[in-house]
Amino acid sequence: MTDWLAEAPWMLLAIALPLLGALLAFLRPHRAAMIGLIGAFMSAGAALAVLLQVVFGGPRQYEVGGWGAPLGINLWADGLSAMMLAMTAVVGTAVSIYARVYLADSPNKVRRFWPLWLFTWAALNALFQAADVFNLYVTLELLGLSAVALVALTGTGPALWGAMRYLLVSLLGSLAYLVGVVLLYHLHGTLDLTLLGERADGGLALAIPLGAMIAGLLLKIGLFPFHVWLPPAHGSARAPVSAVLSGLVVKGAFYLLLRLWFTFSPEGEGLPILLGSLGAFAVFWGSIQALRQERLKLLVAYSTVAQLGYLFIAFPLAGMDPALAWGGSIYLAVSHALAKGAMFLAAGSIMMQGGHDEIAELDRVVDRMPLSLAAFALAGISLAGLPPSGGFVGKWMLLQSAMAQGLWPWALVMIVGGVLTASYVFRVLGFAFTRSPHAHESHNVPHTMEWTALLLALGAVLLGFVAPWALPLLDGVLP
Amino acid sequence: MNAWLPLMVLASSLVPGMIIFMLPEKAVALRTTLNLGGAVLKIVLLVLMMIGVFHGVEYEFRLPLVPGLDFVLHADALSLMFVNLSAVLWLATTVYAIGYLEGSPHRSRFFGYFSLCVTATVGLAMAGNLLTFLVFYEALTLTTYPLVVHRGTEAARKAGRSYLAHTLFGGVLLLAGTVWLYSLTGTLEFVDRGFIAGRGIDPDVLRMIFAVLILGVGVKAAILPLHGWLPQAMVAPAPVSALLHAVAVVKAGAFGIVRIVFDVFGVEFAASLGVTLPLAILAAVTIIYASTRALFQDDLKRRLAFSTVSQVSYITLGVAIAGPIATIGGLVHLVHQGFMKITLFFCAGNFAETLGVHKVSEMRGIGRRMPWTMGAFTLAAFGMIGAPPMVGFISKWYLGLGALEVGQDWAVLVLAGSSLLNAAYFLPILRTAWFDPPPESWPEERSFGRKETAWALLIPPVMTVAATLSWGLFASMPGTPLDWVQFIAARKYAP
Repeated sequence: MTDWLAEAPWMLLAIALPLLGALLAFLRPHRAAMIGLIGAFMSAGAALAVLLQVVFGGPRQYEVGGWGAPLGINLWADGLSAMMLAMTAVVGTAVSIYARVYLADSPNKVRRFWPLWLFTWAALNALFQAADVFNLYVTLELLGLSAVALVALTGTGPALWGAMRYLLVSLLGSLAYLVGVVLLYHLHGTLDLTLLGERADGGLALAIPLGAMIAGLLLKIGLFPFHVWLPPAHGSARAPVSAVLSGLVVKGAFYLLLRLWFTFSPEGEGLPILLGSLGAFAVFWGSIQALRQERLKLLVAYSTVAQLGYLFIAFPLAGMDPALAWGGSIYLAVSHALAKGAMFLAAGSIMMQGGHDEIAELDRVVDRMPLSLAAFALAGISLAGLPPSGGFVGKWMLLQSAMAQGLWPWALVMIVGGVLTASYVFRVLGFAFTRSPHAHESHNVPHTMEWTALLLALGAVLLGFVAPWALPLLDGVLP
Repeated sequence: MNAWLPLMVLASSLVPGMIIFMLPEKAVALRTTLNLGGAVLKIVLLVLMMIGVFHGVEYEFRLPLVPGLDFVLHADALSLMFVNLSAVLWLATTVYAIGYLEGSPHRSRFFGYFSLCVTATVGLAMAGNLLTFLVFYEALTLTTYPLVVHRGTEAARKAGRSYLAHTLFGGVLLLAGTVWLYSLTGTLEFVDRGFIAGRGIDPDVLRMIFAVLILGVGVKAAILPLHGWLPQAMVAPAPVSALLHAVAVVKAGAFGIVRIVFDVFGVEFAASLGVTLPLAILAAVTIIYASTRALFQDDLKRRLAFSTVSQVSYITLGVAIAGPIATIGGLVHLVHQGFMKITLFFCAGNFAETLGVHKVSEMRGIGRRMPWTMGAFTLAAFGMIGAPPMVGFISKWYLGLGALEVGQDWAVLVLAGSSLLNAAYFLPILRTAWFDPPPESWPEERSFGRKETAWALLIPPVMTVAATLSWGLFASMPGTPLDWVQFIAARKYAP
């Protein structure tokens, strides 16, 4: 019995189950919420099973249908994939529980949300387990399209406009990536990541396709200065959708970037420094914009721009002790997924309660919804890299890496960025304690929503204590 | 068990705090039970731990936190001193706060954060390495913020902003210094006489790290010019001010200075780097400047706030003079100032709560209306001035002797000047309170029958001032803070 469980094709199921859920939810729209929630739990279970398989059995491969490469489709899960799957499972479960209550009184949206969301989940899981650059392209494209559709779910003016921009950027990014894939195939005759890593040996034959692919991914990640589409899209979507977009979808593209980077390990100093510099600009620009926002959700969205910048600071730091720098960056990415997910969910509850999300008008939210504010605060602590939290661990590792190499500018970026983050988080918290001059109608917010956000935020804090067990997963994955 | 006891000391305030958050506002009895029960349990656990330490038991809890570094809670003589100070004053403040906040809104929130704040302080006291210290140092910032803005007024929000701007800046410096140090040494464990000497690290780099770390903790210790948040944070309710000033925040900063000088660098090594003299001078400037500012404050709490800025720098001064006797003076002042200052703030809170008196100029004849409160205030004020036989005198005596011992004669002048200034800002209060005729009516008087004020408000200051009085009178008895501090100081210098 246990053997059967341990050897079940969980990798395939982690993709098939959300896909099946999406299909059923689409076919039975009036049951969509129930089907969707069950599908979410099952998908999360399958993803965690893959995590266990990798933890106990090491990296594994699965040949879909029994045909090996180059004929069939291969799935590949190592520690990094497993970590991403688990991250998606945790955030996905929280979002699903939240969304069921959040969308309860708009059946119209329920019908469309669940198939799209589960489809996004399936695309994410497929992306994290794809073993060749073409499958990675397909999953990336599916992910982008379903994410755009989720943004459009709001159905009102600014959201549609945001979705449109998002769609164009997403398509452009995919196109650039596809150009790279085609060139690689033409030059090296294979699409398999491992084989490509062996065959490609630098020079222009690698630089041009890789450049195109990286540029496409940067567009999709929304790294400064390609971030302009991100705040309107993430800020105008419905709360659970924002959580998925900021927490997970951008991480898909980042994961892909890391995979390519680890496979081809581009030579030269210039590109890492360029990426790191863009990251640094993102940290400053995003944080300053976040500080200037009047609306809560836009603040959180700009915060994503800034936090994504941090992830790129690992590139110039990876020269000495790469495991430290990459480990820090990946840990930050995972922590950010949980923290930002929680922050958007909490912002959604706060918005539902007051009927608005003007920061200066928060009007004693601390008394009205202490749980949601606590979730916001805990998530903010992790984002600002304050201990104890997952964000602290990630930032500590990056800082240590920078300081051990004497690379002061990067250390400074992280430190100043942390202060800026804390500033915008506490700006919100400060207004949550005061009375606003205008009265707002108060709406009831279901406890489930508040608790979901809080538990997710606690997860981000908890990550601050489990690093010694989580990081060894990355052994052997990092260069 | 030996690993779990430090954790239980933390849990004894953390768990009640968590439960209190969940309690409805009306559950007064349960909340009070949890508060007091936690406070008493913590003291019991600490007594157990002290007995153990006397018998040579090692109490240590370890948990890996980031690659290569552990989260460490450790009970040594120095940490026990600070933990005890926090635990005892927490109990006193809890009793006081229950009386002070009776009937006011949001008490569950208040006591919840109050418990978390003490948890952070206790964790900081027991931190066994710089990383753990940093964790609790930041946690302290985060848990005190809601207390500072508790009243929810615009002034409170601004004070909170100033508080955060200062303390987060300090936290960032501490983080940067910690990581920098770790990248050079590969260890952060606190050790008597430090872990840096003999590693062949460039002394200039070490001087910079020292400066960064000290500035980081100096923000909370309200060292000039990083003291601005403290007088502003006075908008918080009186128990918060009392706790911020006597134990939690400023003491965390002072304790951080003690840890960094003694257990990170080692005081003798720090002196050989030449970094202690500038620190001593900075402390001296802070002492004189803040005392002078205190002279001109009419608001009682603000006057006390500037007094705190000045008095906490005595601790820094004692540490930075870098001689065994001055060390005793500095460390013992950590305890003495805590008890005296908390008494003063309790009393100030009583005046405000009972009579609506907030200003020195409104205190005419208050001694006749509230003799017990004013009596406690008077004794504590004499202690602050350093008049024998009060405890403040003992601190200053050791500080002065210690300065002479290592040839830093100028410090004695600073002490004398500061004592004069202390007298100049405390004695007029005492004169007007005891000898001027009381006014026709008080600004906002509340009647407590034949008592001068509520029991819960009166007992804590009387108890704390009685403690200082007894330590002043029986300074050389075993078991006093002085006795304990002498034991600590002996371990921080090479034999």
